[in-house]
Amino acid sequence: MYCYDHYDQAIVDARVDEFRDQVKRRLAGELSEDQFKPLRLMNGLYLQLHAYMLRVAIPYGTLSSAQMRMLATIARKYDRDYGHFTTRQNIQYNWIKLSDAPDILADLASVEMHAIQTSGNCIRNISSDQFAGAAADEVTDPRPWAELLRQWSSFHPEFSYLPRKFKIAVIASEQDRAAMRLHDIGIRIIERDGTLGAQIYVGGGMGRTPMIAPLIKDFVPLDDLLSYIEACLRVYNRYGRRDNIYKARIKILIHELGADEFARQVEAEFAHVKTLDLDPPRAEFERIAAQFALPSLVPKALAAPNVASDYADPAFTQWLTQNTHPHKVPGHAIVTISLKPLGGIPGDASSSQIDVMADLAQRYSFDELRVTHTQNIVLPHVAASDLRAVYDALVAAGLASSNVDLISDIIACPGLDYCSLANARSIPVAQKIAARFADTARQRDLGELKLKISGCINACGHHHAGHIGILGVDRKGTENYQLSLGGSGAEDVSLAKITGPGFDEDGIVDAVTRVTDLYLEVRDPGERFLDTYRRVGMDPFKEVLYG
Amino acid sequence: MKLLTGNDLKSGAVTWWTGSGWSIHVADAADVGGAGEPILQSEEGARRVNAPYLIDAVATPDGPAPSHIKDRVRAVGPTVRRDLTLKPADTWAL
Amino acid sequence: MDNQPTSLADFIVSDAKAVRLEPGDDARALLPHLARLALVEIAFPTFRDGRGYSAARILREAGYGGGLRAAGDVLVDQIVYLRRCGFDSFAPNVPLDPAVMDGALARYPAVYQRAADGVDPVWKLRHG
Repeated sequence: MYCYDHYDQAIVDARVDEFRDQVKRRLAGELSEDQFKPLRLMNGLYLQLHAYMLRVAIPYGTLSSAQMRMLATIARKYDRDYGHFTTRQNIQYNWIKLSDAPDILADLASVEMHAIQTSGNCIRNISSDQFAGAAADEVTDPRPWAELLRQWSSFHPEFSYLPRKFKIAVIASEQDRAAMRLHDIGIRIIERDGTLGAQIYVGGGMGRTPMIAPLIKDFVPLDDLLSYIEACLRVYNRYGRRDNIYKARIKILIHELGADEFARQVEAEFAHVKTLDLDPPRAEFERIAAQFALPSLVPKALAAPNVASDYADPAFTQWLTQNTHPHKVPGHAIVTISLKPLGGIPGDASSSQIDVMADLAQRYSFDELRVTHTQNIVLPHVAASDLRAVYDALVAAGLASSNVDLISDIIACPGLDYCSLANARSIPVAQKIAARFADTARQRDLGELKLKISGCINACGHHHAGHIGILGVDRKGTENYQLSLGGSGAEDVSLAKITGPGFDEDGIVDAVTRVTDLYLEVRDPGERFLDTYRRVGMDPFKEVLYG
Repeated sequence: MKLLTGNDLKSGAVTWWTGSGWSIHVADAADVGGAGEPILQSEEGARRVNAPYLIDAVATPDGPAPSHIKDRVRAVGPTVRRDLTLKPADTWAL
Repeated sequence: MDNQPTSLADFIVSDAKAVRLEPGDDARALLPHLARLALVEIAFPTFRDGRGYSAARILREAGYGGGLRAAGDVLVDQIVYLRRCGFDSFAPNVPLDPAVMDGALARYPAVYQRAADGVDPVWKLRHG
C-alpha cells in the first residue's frame, strides 16, 4: 500500500500545524463559529448530537496494521473506547473534544493518516473496491489511480469551495463492489484493444433525490484521467447550483443540463485543460503502483485446512462459506470480518476489537486491512492454511458473525442516537430486525439480502441501494419508517421503490418479515430476494404489507 | 417551557442554561420563557457556549424533559449505549 | 477613474481598463479584451461561493498578466488557495492580520497539483 514520502509527510504535518493554529484562534475568539465551521469541516470535525465528531480518512478503505492500532489508540485515549466504520470507508469518533483535535491529528499524522477533506464542500475520500488487488476479476488494481486522485484532490485550490460535497469512486472490474454508479463521479477502469482506460460516470448520488450516474465519457486514456476529472470539477464549480442546498450536487446539474450537454461542456473544458500539463507523468503512476504490488503469495494447493476435522465444524464451514471470497492466488482467501454481531451496533468496533483485527492483519494478511462501504473489515490476503487460526481469534473477539451479505449484515447510519441531522433512530431498528432473523438457518435460506437503513433523507445508510431499504422519518414528532424494495448498488444498479405508507418501529420489523416470507413463498430456484422482486414486481409485496 | 441549550466550545459537551451558568445535566436547566434570545446572544458572544439554540420542554418530577425526541437523546446520550448516557436509567429518552 | 472596476456588461462596451466580475459572470467573456485590462476584481460575496477561484484560473490560463484582486468575504484561511489560483491582491471586508497572512502563505512546503501560480507540484519535484 502507499507509504508517504517526505513531501506527503511534510504536507500533512503542515496541515496539523495549520489546524492547531485555527483551533487556537477559535478558542481565543478570533474566529467566529461561522468562520471556523468550514475550516473544521475540512478537517472532518463536526459538531454533532453529543459532542464533536471526528471523521478520519481511510483512503480508498486501505490501511496497515500500524494505522489500525492508532485508530484503536485514539478511541482509548481521546474517545470512549470504540469507533464507527462508515459507508464511505472512513472511521468516526463520536465523543471528541475540540481542544484535543489538534493532538489527534498529530497522532494520526505520525502514522500517515489524516482527516483532510472528510467533510465540507470539497472533494471527499476517494473510495474503491474492498477486494482491490486480491480479486481475480479486476483488470488492474484501481487503487494507484485512487491514490493519484487523492493527492490531486488534496488542498485543490480551485475546488475547495464547491456548491456541495463531491464523492468519487474508482473500480476496475465488471462487478461493482463500491456502488460506483451512486457517486458524483464513478470511474471504471477497463481494457480496450490492449489499452487501459476509464469509463466516466457522472451525476450519481443518493440523498433526497437519488440518481444513477449516466455514462459521460466512454473511454478516457488513463494518462489523461486527472485532466478529464479536473474538467468535470471545473464545470461543476462554475455551474452547479448554489441557490438551494438540496439542489447543489452535480447530479442536479446533469439532470437539468442533460447528460449530453454536460458531456459537451466537459469536453470543451477538457480540450483546454489538456494544454496545461496537469497530468503527472507515467513515472509517478509507476512509483505509486509499485507500492501496491501483490505481496509474494506462494500459490498453494487447493484450500486445505491444517486438520481435516476442521471441516466437520459447521460453525467454521459456515464462516468459510459466508465470510470468505476466493483470492486470485490459489490457496488463499479474502476474509470479510462482519461488524454486525447480533445485538451489536452496525459498523462499531471496540478499541480492543480494532487491536485484534490489526494483529490478525499483521500475522495473516501481509499487514493490510480494508474497510468496506458496507461497514465491515476485510483481510485481503489470507492463506487457506491460516483460516482456522483467524477464525478462532475472531470468535474470541466477538467478530466471527457469519452473516456477510445476509439479512443481518445490515448497513445502518448512526441515526438519531448520534446524528443531529437524523429524524429517527436507525440502530434500534437494525437490532430488532437482526434479532427477528437471528436463526442462522433462516438467514442462509433467505440468502443474499442487502438491507440498508437511513435515519433521514440524507441517506448515509444508502437505503436507496438496498434490496430492502428503510428510511426513518419524523411523523408529527414520532419516529416512522418507510419501506422500499428493489435497490442495488452493484453493477445491476437500481433505486429502491417505496412500498407505501410507513410503519412504526415494531411495524417495520413485521413488514420486513412479511416481505421476506413472501419471497420464500414465490421465489424461483436460484433467485435472490432482489431477483424475485424484479420478476414479480411491487404489487404482491404491497398486498402482504397492506392487505 | 423553553430551555436554552448549546455545546461547550472546548469540549463539545451538550450544555443547558441554568439561569446563572451552564450545566451538562438537563435537570438543572432553567425555563427561559420568552427571554432566551438575549441570554443566547450574550453567552455566545462571551464564548461561554457554542452554537446555542432554544428548545421546547415540559416539566416533569425528574426535571425538564425536552419535547422532541432528538433533544431528549441529546440530553441523555445514545439510546443504544446506555453505558454512555448521563443518567442511564432515564426512560423518557425513548 | 481609469482603474475603478466597472461591471462586466459595461466593460465590454467601454474602453475601461478595470472590470469587476460577480460570481455568476463568465470570465471567458473577458478573453478577447485581455490586452486592455489592468485590473480584474473578482467578487466573493460569501467565502463559501467558490466560483471566483475558477474565474481567476481561467484568466491566468489565458495569459492574463494584469492585476487580479479578490474582494469581499475574504478570510486569511482562503489566502493560500486564492494565491494559487492567481490572485495577487486582496480587498477583504475585514482587514487581514499581516502576520497571520504571512504565516498562512509560508506554511505549506509543497503542493499536490498545478494551479495558476506556476509552482511545480510534488510529482514534478519527484521526477523532474
